[in-house]
Amino acid sequence: MKFKRITIISGHYGSGKTNIALNLASLLKKQQDNVAVADIDIVNPYFRTKDSEESLKEQGIRLICSPYANTNVDIPSLPQEIYSVTDDKSLYSILDVGGDERGALALGRIAPAIKEENNYQMLYVVNMYRPLTQDADSAIEVMREIEYACGLEFTGIVNNSNLGLETTPDDVLDSLLYAGEIAKKTDIPLLFTTVDKSLFAPLKDKISNLYPLEMQKKL
Amino acid sequence: MSDKVLMKGNEAIAEAAIIAGCRHYFGYPITPQTEVAAYMAKRMPKIGGTFLQAESEIAAINMVYGVASTGKRVMTSSSSPGISLKGEGISYLAGADLPALIVNVQRGGPGLGGIQPSQSDYFQATKGGAHGDFHMIVLAPASVQEMAELTVKGFDLADKYRMTTMLLADGTMGQMMEPVSLDFDIAETVEKPWATTGTKMEREHNIVNSLFLQPEALERTNFERFERYKVVEENEVLYEEYMMDDAEICIAAFGIAARVSKNAINEARKQGIKVGLIRPITLWPFPSAQFAKAAERVSSIISVELSMGQMIEDVKLAVEGKVPVTLCNRAGGMIPSPEQVLEAIKAANNGGDK
Repeated sequence: MKFKRITIISGHYGSGKTNIALNLASLLKKQQDNVAVADIDIVNPYFRTKDSEESLKEQGIRLICSPYANTNVDIPSLPQEIYSVTDDKSLYSILDVGGDERGALALGRIAPAIKEENNYQMLYVVNMYRPLTQDADSAIEVMREIEYACGLEFTGIVNNSNLGLETTPDDVLDSLLYAGEIAKKTDIPLLFTTVDKSLFAPLKDKISNLYPLEMQKKL
Repeated sequence: MSDKVLMKGNEAIAEAAIIAGCRHYFGYPITPQTEVAAYMAKRMPKIGGTFLQAESEIAAINMVYGVASTGKRVMTSSSSPGISLKGEGISYLAGADLPALIVNVQRGGPGLGGIQPSQSDYFQATKGGAHGDFHMIVLAPASVQEMAELTVKGFDLADKYRMTTMLLADGTMGQMMEPVSLDFDIAETVEKPWATTGTKMEREHNIVNSLFLQPEALERTNFERFERYKVVEENEVLYEEYMMDDAEICIAAFGIAARVSKNAINEARKQGIKVGLIRPITLWPFPSAQFAKAAERVSSIISVELSMGQMIEDVKLAVEGKVPVTLCNRAGGMIPSPEQVLEAIKAANNGGDK
């Protein structure tokens, strides 16, 4: 995958954004020296990039996240270092945005600078097995709400349709039509489909642009 | 295509409530249950239901009282401090014999406490939860699937016995995602001849109230209410037994603590220790008989809890001193690890001759 300087990962609540952000960061680190994951999720109280702090450190990837993540400070705060994403032009970063339009609101804070530099891509992560985005039209509705909230437009779609540990190869195959329909109706390219690495072998000859994911460890 | 969807526990509660026919939700946001309200805010307007973010928890529970009086299925949800605020309204619901579902996605306390998971509202939920003589039916889910199923069951039981049902979950259960099948059997609608639906000048008007002008009448309703509670205790106890057939040590745990305990039990079994689990699914009525039966043959019971030890009191009452009951716990938003539970099992195994 060819990266822009800033890669924004956004989508519906629970579509798998954090996991994809962490995996893309590992991939990006193989191409660039100065890499960061920036967690600007102001919505989710649990299961954050912070859970992967150690693993990111080992890989030499900088983690930019609220000092209050995984604590009892229950306020929607952004890390002050968030400005290095836009100001430090030598830094390649993956932005993990909170779910839905409420989460995307925080992105609006740095959206003007991102837009001005215009060296970014914004990926919409979809999961057909999530309750409020089960058909293309409802997924597009959520997509437009996010764009409206943050002031940026998506440039690509990532199909991460899964049922957690119960995902079968057929579940993934069944989602291709759905992801294709979203791409067609919005005229935004479907960049790739992501699966847990255990499903990569049975599917790699059946799905083009398939990308295996390492799962973030749940504490 | 799979008939399942991938849901957060909080979302599963909300969708299951809608499937159960609930069209009225009143609440006030609080971590870690906010997704219940957020989901309702998106779904209710699309199906002709009511989502209302009240000005406070107290307002929300009194709106629940209002809708429950009309016989409609209604719910509210909150987390620990918010449930305390609802306490007065919960007592009024009990005093007026109104069915409703109250969800508590517990967080660490006391006071403002924290936002991490906890089970320290057990006393509050099972011993009444507010002033006066009353009980709620208390259901404790241990998976996202059960979050959904027990929500539906909670409405059915509430209607059947004219009681409030509390779904007592914790932050982890609310936030974790698992595949869920939403294909439920919905019980037949219960007739509610007491509901305030308008007399059409064809009947005497119904009164829903918890105020009694004569103490004799108030006493009588209390005795009658507890006759009804007795029927619930006889008929509605739910529990799961795991590897109890040959168990010499018994773990008592509900919700997330039971999941952790199962991992520890599997490891202990590999090491040759015969340990099993009794998981109460109804915390009130409590499966006392099952623990009493277990006490006839196990050497000890370990209560695993995310609190300073609350359910342990009910376990002790059930076993009447026949076996020692010890506590394995974390508190304040922390979760016991399988390793910690395994250590407790090993300690019981070493000192555990009856």
